[in-house]
Amino acid sequence: MSNLLSRYGLWLGFAVVLLAAPLMFTSNLSQTMLSQMGIAIIACLSYNLLLGQGGMLSFGHAVYSGMGSYFAIHALNAMGQGSLHLPVVLLPLVGGLAGMGFAILLGYVTTKKSGTTFSMITLGMAELVFAMSLMFSEFFGGEAGVSANRVVGEAFMGITFGPQRQVYYLIAFYTFVSVALLYALTQTPLGRILNAVRDNPERVEFVGYNTQQVRYRAFIIAGFFAGIAGGLGAINFEIVTAEVVGPARSGSYLLFTFLGGATFFFGPILGGILMVLAFVLLSEITKAWLLYLGLVFLFMVVYAPGGLAGLIMMNLRIAQTGALKRLLPSYAGLGVAMALMLAGAGALVEMIYHLQLDGGNGSQLPFAGWVLHTDSATTWGVSVALLAIGLLVFETVRRRFALIWSDIQTEIAAAQQAKEAS
Amino acid sequence: MSAYSLELQGLTKQFGKTEIIRGVDLEVTAGERVAIIGPNGAGKSTLFNLISGRFAPTSGSISLKGQRIDGLKPFEINRLGLSRSFQITNIFPKLSVFENLRCAVLWSLGHRYSFWSFLGNLKDANELAENWMQRIRLSAKRDTLAMNLTYAEQRALEIGITMAGGAEVVLLDEPTAGMNNSETERFIGLIKEVTQGKTLLAVEHDMGVVFGLADKIAVLVYGEIIAFDTPDKVRANALVQEAYLGSLQEDH
Repeated sequence: MSNLLSRYGLWLGFAVVLLAAPLMFTSNLSQTMLSQMGIAIIACLSYNLLLGQGGMLSFGHAVYSGMGSYFAIHALNAMGQGSLHLPVVLLPLVGGLAGMGFAILLGYVTTKKSGTTFSMITLGMAELVFAMSLMFSEFFGGEAGVSANRVVGEAFMGITFGPQRQVYYLIAFYTFVSVALLYALTQTPLGRILNAVRDNPERVEFVGYNTQQVRYRAFIIAGFFAGIAGGLGAINFEIVTAEVVGPARSGSYLLFTFLGGATFFFGPILGGILMVLAFVLLSEITKAWLLYLGLVFLFMVVYAPGGLAGLIMMNLRIAQTGALKRLLPSYAGLGVAMALMLAGAGALVEMIYHLQLDGGNGSQLPFAGWVLHTDSATTWGVSVALLAIGLLVFETVRRRFALIWSDIQTEIAAAQQAKEAS
Repeated sequence: MSAYSLELQGLTKQFGKTEIIRGVDLEVTAGERVAIIGPNGAGKSTLFNLISGRFAPTSGSISLKGQRIDGLKPFEINRLGLSRSFQITNIFPKLSVFENLRCAVLWSLGHRYSFWSFLGNLKDANELAENWMQRIRLSAKRDTLAMNLTYAEQRALEIGITMAGGAEVVLLDEPTAGMNNSETERFIGLIKEVTQGKTLLAVEHDMGVVFGLADKIAVLVYGEIIAFDTPDKVRANALVQEAYLGSLQEDH
């Protein structure tokens, strides 16, 4: 029993979180966000099958989720007109099959190459499909997109998928199953050889595997799950516009998968959650949210290439040895420095945006409980000073932190060697 | 059906206008251990790259157990029973020792691109990988990432990955490159042990190793094999002394 619990405890916890989330967050906004998070988690995980597991940097993953969305919404309309008989529960699979179909078609060309060439071809494919979305407006719906009504057919045991909460549970079910299947994939021969192809494709060829076939198969599976995410999106929003296949969507998959952490399986789950938080909440707080997102991305690439998951795992490893408390003062220092930088840079950015976009509304704007005056030199001066001090403190603390960090890593390595030798 | 494990006929390779391999003929019988020696730039590594499918030959033929393999891809050649190691360590750095070896046995055991079976349940693959881990003396480092091994351990893993798939014909490209004397000695013992019964071709610089390991020696100079015989006869060969051992003395 305890063995079973330790093996499946995490999955049980995950299921409980998925089930309980809408009971804890009951507002309309949070239910919408929770639904979107489920979708984003599947999309980011499917993307990471390429990026983190297979070393394939795709710039066009939205093609597969997006085509999943379009096929699902057309199927939904056909169901509404009575020309197609399919329960809504199975609609995401229509999206999955569409994503898979396009991955079979386009991936055959894409996965012939690896590395930079692979990335270039995915970019080309993405542009191609996006351009097609403007050419074939019957299918893509032009600027208005394609809309549908998800309440079709007979209610099954009172479930109509009208209320957001019912849609959420449909999404949660698909999220759980997709996460489980994608995790299972990492424990299969294909999953492991995919890692080997990422690490050293040449050597894989000399142990009998055709790397092209390995990449192609992974690409098709990634396309399937992306399509599932797309199909769920179609049900959730009841409208699909061309931006779902657009380059910005592909870019956000890449960005948030990386932020969440591509080197750990659960990283993209965090990434998916972050994506929705940023798109829904951050964009409410400030007009300049994309700029902040870009800055965070930059910081992560430079200082924490393992993403959020990498940071968590490294600190857990240190916490296990009990050395984490030596880092706490530095973390506090980094926190203060970042708060200062955020205050300074945030004030500057907001003031510039205010001047550029609604300068007509006067020179005052609220900022985190204060009022900024765009016509006051003091405000500008203080903001610049805050940013400068923040940067200075950050760099000082960061160097100290790096020293302690490498000390601890050396100690851990030494302890491990001593253990192996004994 | 040819009696030879590996047979090269009139093999040539040009890079642009430069001819690196200039008509190589070589016949290796099953179970034979052949050392390939020759001065730097003679084309030893290129010859291995041609046989293992890394490059396609310009002309000539390569037969493995009677079957033409020239022009095939590396994975196709590997599936037919030929495996190779690399002069510059070529392993899976971010996978553990065990995972490295397991990857090396998966295809040969028929698990192909399976995504419907769990690695943990593949008894044959796990046992074979464990077994090879013991044979190359790396059991204590089972879960260590390959990138964190010492150089000598990485070289042993390189041999393990090469041999674990069970290929009958094995090419080892300078297996002892970069090792010191005591390591080399131990390592040659290991190679002899794990290549028992295999057809072996090895590029090697260390003459002690060559004379200790090989049944036959092939001397490659400027893209041609000028002698292919038993160690004693090669040593006595005037051509070899002039062309190779002479130049070796100049080198040192």
